[in-house]
Amino acid sequence: MRPVLEVTDLGVTFGGVPAVRGLGYAVRPGEVLAVVGESGSGKSVAAAAVMGLLPRGARVTGSVRLHGRELIGAPARELDALRGRTISMVFQDPLSALTPVYRVGDQIAEAVRVHQRVSRENAQVKAVELLELVGIPRPAERALAFPHEFSGGMRQRVMIAMAIANDPDVIICDEPTTALDVTVQAQVLEVLKTAQRETGAAIIMITHDLGVVAGFADRVLVMYAGRPVEVGGVDDVYYRPRMPYTVGLLGSVPRIDRQGGRLTPIEGSPPSPGALPPGCPFAPRCPLWVAACDESEPPLYEVGEGHRAACIRWEEVRPADAADLAGPAGTGGDGGDGGEPPAGPRERHRRTVLEVSGLVKDYPLIKGAVFRRRVGTVHAVAGVGFDIREGETLALVGESGSGKTTTLTQILELAAPQAGRIVVLGRDTSRLGRGERTAIRRDLQVVFQDPLASLDPRMTVHDIVAEPLRTHGRRQPGRRVAELLALVGLDPEHAARYPQDFSGGQRQRVGIARALALEPRLLVLDEPVSALDVSIQAGVINLLGALRARLGLSYLFVAHDLAVVRHLADRVAVMYLGRIAEIGRIDAVYDAPMHPYTQALLSAIPLPDPARERSRRRILLEGDLPSPADPPTGCRFRTRCPKFRGELTDDERGLCVQVEPDVRTLGEDHGAACHYAERRVVV
Amino acid sequence: MTLSQEELAEELSDGATTRVHSRLRVVAGRFFRSPQGIAGFAVLAAMFLLAFAGPLVTRWSYTDKDFTAFLQPPSPDHWFGTLQTGADVFALTLRGMQKSLVVGLLAALVSTALAALVGAFAGYFLGWTDRVLSWTTDLLLVLPAFLVLAIMSPLFGAGQWALFVVMLALFLWMVTSKVVRGMTISLKEREFIQAARYMGVPPVRIVFRHVLPNLSSLLVVDATLNVSAAILTETSLSYFGFGIQPPDVSFGTLIADGSRTATYAPWTFWFVAGLLVVTVLAVNLVGDALRDAFDPAAKRAR
Amino acid sequence: MAGFLVRRLLGYTVLVVVAASLSYLLAAVALDPRSNYADRTPKPPPAVVDAQLAALNLNDKVPLLQRYATWAGGVVRGDFGRTITGSPVGDDLRRRMGVTFRLVILGVFFGSLIGVLAGALAAVRQYRWFDRLSTGLSFVVLAVPVVVVANMLILLASWANERVFGHQVLLVSGEYTDGLTAGFWGQAIDRVQHLVLPTVSLSIGLAAVFSRYQRNMMLDVLGADYVRTAVAKGLSRRKALLRHALRTALIPVATYFAFTFGALLTGATFTEKIFGWHGLGEQLINSIFSNDVNTVAAISLLAGVAVLCASLAADLLHAALDPRVRSA
Repeated sequence: MRPVLEVTDLGVTFGGVPAVRGLGYAVRPGEVLAVVGESGSGKSVAAAAVMGLLPRGARVTGSVRLHGRELIGAPARELDALRGRTISMVFQDPLSALTPVYRVGDQIAEAVRVHQRVSRENAQVKAVELLELVGIPRPAERALAFPHEFSGGMRQRVMIAMAIANDPDVIICDEPTTALDVTVQAQVLEVLKTAQRETGAAIIMITHDLGVVAGFADRVLVMYAGRPVEVGGVDDVYYRPRMPYTVGLLGSVPRIDRQGGRLTPIEGSPPSPGALPPGCPFAPRCPLWVAACDESEPPLYEVGEGHRAACIRWEEVRPADAADLAGPAGTGGDGGDGGEPPAGPRERHRRTVLEVSGLVKDYPLIKGAVFRRRVGTVHAVAGVGFDIREGETLALVGESGSGKTTTLTQILELAAPQAGRIVVLGRDTSRLGRGERTAIRRDLQVVFQDPLASLDPRMTVHDIVAEPLRTHGRRQPGRRVAELLALVGLDPEHAARYPQDFSGGQRQRVGIARALALEPRLLVLDEPVSALDVSIQAGVINLLGALRARLGLSYLFVAHDLAVVRHLADRVAVMYLGRIAEIGRIDAVYDAPMHPYTQALLSAIPLPDPARERSRRRILLEGDLPSPADPPTGCRFRTRCPKFRGELTDDERGLCVQVEPDVRTLGEDHGAACHYAERRVVV
Repeated sequence: MTLSQEELAEELSDGATTRVHSRLRVVAGRFFRSPQGIAGFAVLAAMFLLAFAGPLVTRWSYTDKDFTAFLQPPSPDHWFGTLQTGADVFALTLRGMQKSLVVGLLAALVSTALAALVGAFAGYFLGWTDRVLSWTTDLLLVLPAFLVLAIMSPLFGAGQWALFVVMLALFLWMVTSKVVRGMTISLKEREFIQAARYMGVPPVRIVFRHVLPNLSSLLVVDATLNVSAAILTETSLSYFGFGIQPPDVSFGTLIADGSRTATYAPWTFWFVAGLLVVTVLAVNLVGDALRDAFDPAAKRAR
Repeated sequence: MAGFLVRRLLGYTVLVVVAASLSYLLAAVALDPRSNYADRTPKPPPAVVDAQLAALNLNDKVPLLQRYATWAGGVVRGDFGRTITGSPVGDDLRRRMGVTFRLVILGVFFGSLIGVLAGALAAVRQYRWFDRLSTGLSFVVLAVPVVVVANMLILLASWANERVFGHQVLLVSGEYTDGLTAGFWGQAIDRVQHLVLPTVSLSIGLAAVFSRYQRNMMLDVLGADYVRTAVAKGLSRRKALLRHALRTALIPVATYFAFTFGALLTGATFTEKIFGWHGLGEQLINSIFSNDVNTVAAISLLAGVAVLCASLAADLLHAALDPRVRSA
């Protein structure tokens, strides 16, 4: 079959700075090509260049041929006629990608009417059909709604409906599931597969998630520093990578099917496109580096059938499992070993550092930006209880809206909760005086999600790390700051710089150093690595593990990424709609989850392993999270529960509808809030 | 388009690891690279020089009257001509300019400081603090500023122009304060402020150490633009006799006098009006260039 | 929604009451109606002055709070008191409101129309000649105070009347020519001749403000993802800009439009005064000069109501245009 889209030697520069260099690929009808890369690798710029959507300041060179027709330099009218009809695009952020002031149905109908001579009414009918195709319930009614009335997953379905409105031959998906929760991601990927079946289009899937690629793509193209560095069939690239960067990327991905312990991060950070190193751009970070690497940029060598890699030593490159590529101290200086994997039963004799029981938090539900009024109550947290012992890590996981962040802020406020009890280091927060509260703040510190947002951009790193010390009355924090920076693997010489001058991973290390300044006993980690690229993430996870071992810290670790959790936590609590669904030792929960929600959640996480992904069966959840303002009666999960829907008898269902289940202990340190809990292997 | 530019910006910022620089130098550097910044700054500096050094080079003072020249056009003796009273327009203009510049600068400073404090405290503490402060802000917005200033104008006489400055500032700060309040509310949700809270830093110190410095670019720009707003308001008020009171003169009083004779003695009007426009224009250019310098990302989108 | 509006209106009412009371008290303390009688010849006897002032509720020998109570009681009944010459304040204000409205409506209409068009075009053509020209022009205009603009316009008009038209085409003073007998069309043309300059003087500044504002808003949405989506759908750039960018960028501008309208009821003061239009603004200045406490208080009450009505209208307009705000 002839390729529908052929890209050769594509280059994009912004004001002389190259963003994409020498990119080439071809896709055939019905084929899925994944373009993988970290942020700044140029993958999204390349996609926009193919669509002709780059801003005026960009210079595009090379060739893009759609059905043999050259697009680069083609007149605007010709491009307008092709965009949306022959080639269409699904964007990352479905909220900002839809015009807020028009109805969803009208926006889809517009896409139809741009290219087809149909009446307004027929276009509307077509729009409703499309909405039905992408799985939007009650499509005729929902077509009249505005984008902000849709959830993220539903909006992305709308985007897909719009993209397939004119039966295109190529669909470019730019990180289509990055902004979504994992169970919703699974749904949207299914919709994309349906869309492809319906249209027979070729899909170019741009993503950073190696798991998504494994299950979805036929071929993979790995980009680094604006350039393709490896391209081939999915199995070839995943099982027989020939470029050290690909190997490093695969080795640094946390996986739910592997027990804790160290990950192998890639040293350093990606080069700036304005200042590429001579020769191979990956050379400064490469464990296989030899002097020849710096001489010239390696071309793509043919390393197998349809498999090419840009490495002069490709014959020596082995997958991470076969040979430890990361080398000895290739971890960015955190030193020490990772946290010991959790072993044996819980050590009951250890002191409890945090105890939460029956925690409740409601928010008023306010509607409207101008006409603000209260229309109800959001039950963000509705009776949550857990405890953390000294030296232990408890992970609180859940999707957005599960109440994990609210739980965390309630603890950090150190104020009396609305209902329930919070005991931090043996002190009940409802009985704290002002002085005591300040005293406890020394022992309870927090690391935030976004390292840039959590550091004051107007302060130097020295002042940032010194602030807790000064606040708690230390006059000369200089030496301690240097110690702390060294502890987290940063050069103390850099203390005079501003956070903006650091890379993402380094900034997060600054955040950790600040949290450690007062030698706390309990560290609250709020999604500490989710804003970081995979190759950098691994280093921070390792650092957190090493620090816990060395300083005897306890962690309360809040995350939505279950794979990261598996590498760091001893115990895990899965939250759903303000309640704990399942709690227990990490191995017990991951290996044999008992709550249907945990099972669905774990099964929705894609593994970076093509063969296993193809054979895995997903438990797909239906619909969206119910509104926390109006949770279902009885068991909160029953409206989406596959077990409730498919396995239980009507009599059994009665219990789910009437009685809200509490967490029952069902094994050694393992409990689930389900009336009909049973173990099941899903990973 | 956002995607590529953000990505590019990220790529570029990662490369900045090796540079050590102070923010002030960066902003100043950007400011003085923009043509409008340089032009505005140069003109403004020239205006100040003219206003304060100018009187030294002319032999007339603004109180002098030349009884040999009534309403004379510009001449080597009287560079900007004379008024009906025989007063030297050049000397008068410089004197008026001095007053207008000083009034404008001070009023802008006071009003921006007020806006920053009220807005930041209302936004950070919310609750009752916010209700009281916001209500006061609204009240001042509803109260016709012109009326209050006009009624109080008799009090500004006899060298009491400092009171005039305060009153002028009192009616300039409300809108900025609302903006500051809104930004503080969103800033409060930012993680670095939360980090400080959870660290145990007292709230008032958070406002001064984290909130206000992070609004500094807005405040600097606002203060600059307030200078021109204050000068313009002062001019309008003084034009009707509600601002600077005789024997003091300002742009406003001079324009009021000049406009009456403008048809047959253009020099009495055009010099003052021209200098006023040039001054305000320069201030606005500086403010605009400052905004770009503080926030280069916004340059594209402004 | 209804409950919300009621609460909002209640809040506004309190604000207006406090603001008007403050204005009255301030005016009553600072203005000195008695001095109006001082210059009369022959000087009226103090008892007569007292009696006249008392009849107007302006006698400073009556305690301030008592005068305030009398005034407030009147206002509640819809009686704003009497002017310094003894005629009811209300009658005069109604006539003047019409005059001011005529000026403000035209000024705001032309100003915002020109501003929005110029701003949107400048944003689309960013950094091209039109953008640079309109930006430069608006900068210059923004640097010129109304009093200077108005005076410059007058100078320009008298020059043009003399040199270009050869007779009085642009009239610089008043709303119409008194005692003109020229039939309906003649009257109409006379009014337009009077209207041109004040309208230009009012709208030129507004056009500058609106063009800056519209340009910024437009640039904000030009880079928005949904405009990119529209282009990706196959819409031409021009259509995507018109249908998706401009429509969204107009929301904040429309809100601003409503706001301007309220603020201008007294904001046209300078224009009215200079062009001799007998509107509210001119009245405000005159009443301060003539120590007319009741008129001052009434106008400030009106101004406050206007500002709040405008802000309410702005909110409603915002809700009407933006489904995100409207949604329940």
